[in-house]
Amino acid sequence: MHTSTAQATAAEQAATQAMHRTMRNQRIQDFFFHKITMVFALSVLAVLLGIIISLMVGAWPAFKEFGPAFITTVEWDPVNDKYGALIAIVGTLATSGIALLIAFPVSFGIALFLTEICPASLRRPLGTAVELLAGVPSIIYGMWGLFVFAPLFGDHVQPFLKAVLGPLPIIGPFFSGPTMGIGILTAALILAVMIIPFISSVMRDVFEIVPAVLKESAYGLGCTRWEVVRKIVLPYTKTGVVGGVMLGLGRALGETMAVTFVIGNANKLSFSLFAAGNSIASTLANEFAESDTVLHTSSLFALALILFVITFIVLSAAKLMLAGMSRKEGIK
Amino acid sequence: MNQAAINTAAMQSPTPPAPAPAPVNKVYRKRLLRHRIGIALSVFAMTIGLAVLSWILITLIIKGFGALSVNMFTQTTPAPGSEGGGLANAIFGSFMIVGLSTLLSTPIGILAGIYLAEYGEENKIASITRFVTDIMLSAPSIVIGMFVWALYVATTQHYSGYAGSIALALIAIPVVVRTTDNMLRLVPNSLLEAAFALGAPRWKVAMLVRLRAVKAGVITGVLLAVARISGETAPLLFTALNNQFFSKDMNGPMANLPVVIYGFAMSPYDNWRDLAWGGALLVTFSVLALNIISRTVFSQKIPN
Repeated sequence: MHTSTAQATAAEQAATQAMHRTMRNQRIQDFFFHKITMVFALSVLAVLLGIIISLMVGAWPAFKEFGPAFITTVEWDPVNDKYGALIAIVGTLATSGIALLIAFPVSFGIALFLTEICPASLRRPLGTAVELLAGVPSIIYGMWGLFVFAPLFGDHVQPFLKAVLGPLPIIGPFFSGPTMGIGILTAALILAVMIIPFISSVMRDVFEIVPAVLKESAYGLGCTRWEVVRKIVLPYTKTGVVGGVMLGLGRALGETMAVTFVIGNANKLSFSLFAAGNSIASTLANEFAESDTVLHTSSLFALALILFVITFIVLSAAKLMLAGMSRKEGIK
Repeated sequence: MNQAAINTAAMQSPTPPAPAPAPVNKVYRKRLLRHRIGIALSVFAMTIGLAVLSWILITLIIKGFGALSVNMFTQTTPAPGSEGGGLANAIFGSFMIVGLSTLLSTPIGILAGIYLAEYGEENKIASITRFVTDIMLSAPSIVIGMFVWALYVATTQHYSGYAGSIALALIAIPVVVRTTDNMLRLVPNSLLEAAFALGAPRWKVAMLVRLRAVKAGVITGVLLAVARISGETAPLLFTALNNQFFSKDMNGPMANLPVVIYGFAMSPYDNWRDLAWGGALLVTFSVLALNIISRTVFSQKIPN
């Protein structure tokens, strides 16, 4: 009797020890699992820091040579090794700004169509079709823009715009000059098409989180569908909509290939939207591989740094706004 | 009828039924007009979107189909002024560069995504990483190309396929991280709790239960990342560069479809431009096919 109890306790003890050992092993495994996955997550942060640091290092000679005036200097002259960023910055902001003006209403219309008007059975295929627009590589937009869209645009639309809007007092100068097809306005239009899927998909997502009760109450009061969208859906999703627009802006600012094809790549500043220009990204794409002086390379790095900082700020703002929107989704 | 059914019914027929006799009320008529204009504009916007998509695809088919031939897949890119030629070296190079960057970005992206989903609620590092990942998703790809140039090409003093792969991997990683994270967070807690109750350690629950439950979703993320990088041109301009000849050496400049398309489209030779359109057709339809496949075949519903 006595020995068997002792045996039992011994067995129990052995089992407990084995269990403790397993638990300790598992704790060690979990510790390593945590740390290993953390290293990979941190590598994403490291890449961001690496990009900022390497751009700063690369841009340093240019900033040392030209100072803050680099940003406000018009001249970009590789022959005499004098560089200023204003043409590229203005080109980037102008193309992205106009693209946004065009893309916003169209994206709103698409999001509205997909959430409120479209029959449920068509919702998925049509939504996918719009998202495929985002899947088309940007170089394809560039080729299509240069060889198909620009000639038609230059022959038919630009003369029309020039005739109608050209004589107007304030906006007239924007629509003057030779109608070549390529230029700032063409680049802006292509950009608009490219960012529409991004903006409309964000808008569609935020439209869908509007509580049905709010919309039904409005319908119950006799509102038309348009009034429900204007007075209920849009105010409720304001932050999300602006966030989506900012996201589109962030995309447009950094878009390279499509713009490089159609903007004309001329280093000059012009009031006319028909004129050829240059954006930061297109300058980088055209000149980086061929830059042979230190100052030229460095100035291109400075442009890249400016572009990266602007996009970073715009995208952060977009992110914060959309985060506010998803909190709203949580409390509905 | 339950509440959900009532809700959907209300959403299906939201317009107030127009009264049979013409509405005499001036205010009402104005509101109805505004509604109709708004809806018409919305339909118009949708038409624009679809029209542009079809316009681009039709252009590609018309211009690219003529260039499609057996030669395109068997011959290398032609020298300036010479006749014929194909894209064999560029197609091969693209496969190698994209393949390597997929191999690089998939494990990194999935493990980082697991970290965000597993430990993301608890600490600040994870929320900062999530924020940065979202920004990197839309960061200008040309800047990433310059970063890799400064890091790799400038130090090794030569362009290489490896550099191109690294640049593309940096673009693909955020896509994989984000989808993995989103997918993992959809897994019902009860499933994880059941595994924990059996005494499974956290890493086993994460890898063998949680990740396995959303396998298809994670594959979708990887495919979307591949689709995203297959058409990227800007980051390859200063990293992989281009190569007129067939080259298997990833440590040297390598031809790849996007850069060849870019160079050939801007060239003065007709056969080069034709090849550019053929390549464009190839790239676009592969990318769109990947997009559609990942959305349909691998889309899955997580049971609640």
